[in-house]
Amino acid sequence: MISQVSENTLLICVAEDIRDDLPGKLRALCQLMESRRWPWLQDLVPSYTSLLVVYDPDQLDFRQATTAVRQVLEHWQEQSVPGSQDEPSDETRTIELPVYYSEESGPDLAALAKACDLEVDEVISRHTAITCQVYAMGFAPGFAFMGEVDPAIAHPRLDTPRKQVPRGSVGIANRQTAVYPVSSPGGWQLIGRCPTRLFDRNELSLLRIGDKVRFYSISREDYLERGGEL
Amino acid sequence: MSPSAPALRVIRPGASATVQDTGRYGYRQHGLAVGGALDLHAFNWANSLLDNPPGAACLEIMLGGFQARAETDITVALTGAHAHIELNGSAISQWRTIALKAGDELSIGHSDCGRILYLALPGGLNSPEWFGSQSVVPREKIEGIDPISADMYLIANRNIGTTAHREVPEAFRPNYREELTLRLIPGYQFNQFSRDDLLRLTTEEYELTQQSDRMGFRLSGKPMKEVPPGIISEGIALGAVQIPGDGQPIVLLNDCQTIGGYPKPGVIASLDCHRLAQRLPGQTIRFAYTDLADAQNERRLFNSFFRERVSFENFEKGM
Repeated sequence: MISQVSENTLLICVAEDIRDDLPGKLRALCQLMESRRWPWLQDLVPSYTSLLVVYDPDQLDFRQATTAVRQVLEHWQEQSVPGSQDEPSDETRTIELPVYYSEESGPDLAALAKACDLEVDEVISRHTAITCQVYAMGFAPGFAFMGEVDPAIAHPRLDTPRKQVPRGSVGIANRQTAVYPVSSPGGWQLIGRCPTRLFDRNELSLLRIGDKVRFYSISREDYLERGGEL
Repeated sequence: MSPSAPALRVIRPGASATVQDTGRYGYRQHGLAVGGALDLHAFNWANSLLDNPPGAACLEIMLGGFQARAETDITVALTGAHAHIELNGSAISQWRTIALKAGDELSIGHSDCGRILYLALPGGLNSPEWFGSQSVVPREKIEGIDPISADMYLIANRNIGTTAHREVPEAFRPNYREELTLRLIPGYQFNQFSRDDLLRLTTEEYELTQQSDRMGFRLSGKPMKEVPPGIISEGIALGAVQIPGDGQPIVLLNDCQTIGGYPKPGVIASLDCHRLAQRLPGQTIRFAYTDLADAQNERRLFNSFFRERVSFENFEKGM
């Protein structure tokens, strides 16, 4: 469960496979670690099934770090027992994100619909029908890997990534969906654009691991009014 | 001069010049890279020469080609990659302090041995701090945290005018042309690679490709043949060696993305990451296996060397 990775990192694997209860649990584990206020804890990187812990090797070695982490894990596992009174207090948030779905804002929308043997409207309604969950953050500041989309609209990423994907682009890659917080290279199938700022220098990332996300469709005018760019 | 007055005006930034300190910690949950100086050896020496606080921000100049004019009398320090350095048109050496008079022009040619130069200012370089660090990760494009461009002013945290000349002792100046062996700490996925591939990794030579930057270095050599399938994306440590489908290793460095899903036989010792960062495309490297405890001990010695050498004078007295 705990593996040594480098001079200053260890990896906690909490499960073998991706499960929808893991993001919330990993978030609780992060909060539990942070609540200890260990001066040697430098960074935490939660992902789908794991948590990378970065420590200061000047303050403790890997055996001491492992021991400290193991104690927190035991406490966390007790909390994770279903029906436990001691559930972490941080409530799961649901965040709604507006999307202007169109061929103008989502250059892969028509091709994806065709590939999935659906009408464009059906792709949109299936993307807006689900409540997604943030499984991992990464790739870029504020970039949230969300899942899982309806299998009917799941489609692999492009064979050749685009050199530049505009900020706000909403994409699909297999059963995941995401919004590009800044323009960057990217290979996801683009179906629309979201005007909401996902990363701000002061507010940091809008989305966090474990958050629930719902997309809803907005018009071109609405998109522009909210500061969206075309 | 007031503490925040401009020290230098940039004439040419070169291929890429960014402000770097020791990086940004605690924000990878938000998808932010660590950033920070790629070569802490040359970086620490640049600060030491000026008695700067440990980890004070410096200018990290990639591949040279940098030129600036002094706005005031000031002593700066220059370490790292070898390049032709000129002060008002006359060649000077590096790994030393450089006393500049207002109006002097410092010009750094393209590096011919090594990749990265560090220019330190007295007290550290003053620039906006965000999320606990002044480090700039250009690909993140965060407003106000930008690479250096022409006509920008570099500001020093303190200045007492020109000071006595200092040089880094010869023994501490590395030769970046020297053949480098990267010590690999085997990770928990190590055993998923075939014995042949693991043997290949430590018996073959690898060449550094052009695709090498602050995110990571791509190597090219005899590819690994039976690359295990991808893993579920997980947090990436500095120096992680990713093996993508083509079997050619990628060593991930400070600006790499926070999570990734390629299989990894292990992680390079951080001190070797600093050494690797100085190597240029076409140079060859080798891998050797090492032990986590050894890497950790060596790293602690490195840190204490720079931390406990209280002042440069003490060092010169024979520490």
